[in-house]
Amino acid sequence: MKIRRIAAVWAAKTVGYTCKKLGRQGVTWAGKIALKLCPSILEELSAQVRDKIFVVCGTNGKTTTNNMLCAALEAEGKKVICNHTGSNMLNGVVAAFVLGAKWNGRLDADYACIEADEASTRYIFPAIKPDYMVMTNLFRDQLDRYGEIDTTMNILEEMIRKVPKMQIIVNGDDALSAYLAMDSGNSFITYGISSPVMKNETNEIREGRFCKRCGERLQYSFYHYSQLGDYRCPECGFERPPIDYDARDVKVGDQLCFTVEDKHIVANYKGFYNVYNILAAYAGVRTAGFAADRFNDMLRGFNPENGRMEQFRIKGTGIVLNLAKNPAGFNQNISAVMQDKAPKDLIIAINDNAQDGIDISWLWDVDFDLFQDESIRSITVSGIRCQDMRLRLKYVDIPSKLEEDVEKAIRSCIDNGTGNLYVLVNYTALFSTRNILKKLEGEKA
Amino acid sequence: MNITIGHLYPDLLNLYGDRGNIQCLMKRCQWRGIQAETIAYELDDPIDFSCLDIVLLGGGSDREQMLVCEKLKEIQKDFKEYVEQDGVVIAICGGFQLLGNYYKTDNGTITGLELVDLQTEQGDGRLISNIVLKSELFDMPIVGFENHGGRTCINGNKPLGKVLYGSGNDGQSGYEGVIYKNVIGTYLHGPLLPKNPQLADWLISRALEKKYGKPAELAPLDDSQEKEANDYVYHRFVKKDV
Repeated sequence: MKIRRIAAVWAAKTVGYTCKKLGRQGVTWAGKIALKLCPSILEELSAQVRDKIFVVCGTNGKTTTNNMLCAALEAEGKKVICNHTGSNMLNGVVAAFVLGAKWNGRLDADYACIEADEASTRYIFPAIKPDYMVMTNLFRDQLDRYGEIDTTMNILEEMIRKVPKMQIIVNGDDALSAYLAMDSGNSFITYGISSPVMKNETNEIREGRFCKRCGERLQYSFYHYSQLGDYRCPECGFERPPIDYDARDVKVGDQLCFTVEDKHIVANYKGFYNVYNILAAYAGVRTAGFAADRFNDMLRGFNPENGRMEQFRIKGTGIVLNLAKNPAGFNQNISAVMQDKAPKDLIIAINDNAQDGIDISWLWDVDFDLFQDESIRSITVSGIRCQDMRLRLKYVDIPSKLEEDVEKAIRSCIDNGTGNLYVLVNYTALFSTRNILKKLEGEKA
Repeated sequence: MNITIGHLYPDLLNLYGDRGNIQCLMKRCQWRGIQAETIAYELDDPIDFSCLDIVLLGGGSDREQMLVCEKLKEIQKDFKEYVEQDGVVIAICGGFQLLGNYYKTDNGTITGLELVDLQTEQGDGRLISNIVLKSELFDMPIVGFENHGGRTCINGNKPLGKVLYGSGNDGQSGYEGVIYKNVIGTYLHGPLLPKNPQLADWLISRALEKKYGKPAELAPLDDSQEKEANDYVYHRFVKKDV
């Protein structure tokens, strides 16, 4: 009903605006209120998207991939609705639509790029009926919330089947995601990296070692990281599918370079895992029918400013802030930090709030022993569960300083450190840490 | 002195930081000059229990436990003999359930190892929480995290501890885990051993005693960081600071 919709949009915008004025994250509140006033708001607004709706799912890389996809579509001259901040549960998705709507309750958008929390797909998929789903990867994450990866996969498969016309753009290097796409019966497009890039001799935890189809142990010709790699099942023939968008000649250093189709991609990022995020976004725009000629230009100006490898410079200290919230993500972070051979200080902040997952046992599945390196001059542990983090490091013979207060930890590293600081934090520590860094950045001026 | 730890099927049973338990046992041996090695067994590997001093059986998803349980039938007899001869076992989460007679789930029944007289049935919802126990064995509380759908009944056996915070074996009895001879079964991960050094040392000294035939005196270690981490959980959930 139109009146309800307009009321919902007005109320949400007012709440969103007020929260912003007060310096709070008001996005989910705005969504909640809009839903209360107009329960069908998400169906109504998403139906007004003129062209196509993308959803981005998967354990890691959702926010970066989704924002990049949005920027790539904008570079094609399209108007896009996007939940930029990564609020990916129902309220956050609703908020993206209502805050993007006009005061008359109309939406002026060609595309929507929506990242969706796996468990929330239950509410999101039936309402917005996506045309495309980007499936990044499946790793262990928040086991206290999801139980087991198997549970997450079951939910996703059920939801995919509910939108049979939706095309899946899937990371073919992940046996779990690829199985999901194949088994769902929906049509799918793949992206991946067909030659080994990094040395991978770590003792990483790898999910899904056993064939989802028949239970036999999968054989791998190589691993990129975690369980991502080239796999096949000797028993039933399940194997890595042919790759439609294949990154070739991948180089990882201060920049990432690779070739996909006829395009040479250069991105000013660290971290091998970002190759997958870029590829996923690229495969997305290509699948939607664009030539993606402006893709590389878009990447040059892409700066999401959301605490994903975000750089700061404070009183002469270069600081990189990055989110690290599960073993696969953390291991990739460690690998990115260790690419930098210069002396450095490190702060690791771990919280155990509901959005982080209240179970922090995953810290012991991270390969922290890779920090046993002389370039690491100090490690400070911080956040609510700093004691656990300190103990984790102790058992790989790495001493650390304990400073529960993140701001004090950062100040101390700026004043006494090497001038090269990495701050790795999990989810709820991200916003507060980012605010602290923004504040400190302001102080010098 | 040396200790050999057998880690059963970590490629399937490796949830919730189980690796930390192995790391903890290894380090606490090595810091005392006790040689320690871990043998990780994959599903098809033969296991010679006579060369093992501590066996760790970790947690896995229901599906993975289903895969493992077929294999367990083949080693059941040797494993049982190991336990009856006072072999040391630490079984966590799924491993705890596998110690028993069966685990009845909505998708079928997993036959257990029948090493300890206990059984598990799937209940409504999962019991997910930080958890704190008081055990007669130790003066420090035992702290950890539980996340299980199964409700375990330990029949007449001795529990590992009384629940001070959290749910425990079945969410009702007020007790958690089981102790049978030198076997400890528990739902606590987090992982269990690093924050509970007394429990880790109990396993090590039991293993040494059995192996060398005399009570083992373990050299004291500086456990201040372990105690602080343990204390934090205890005070946050049980003895709230004013």
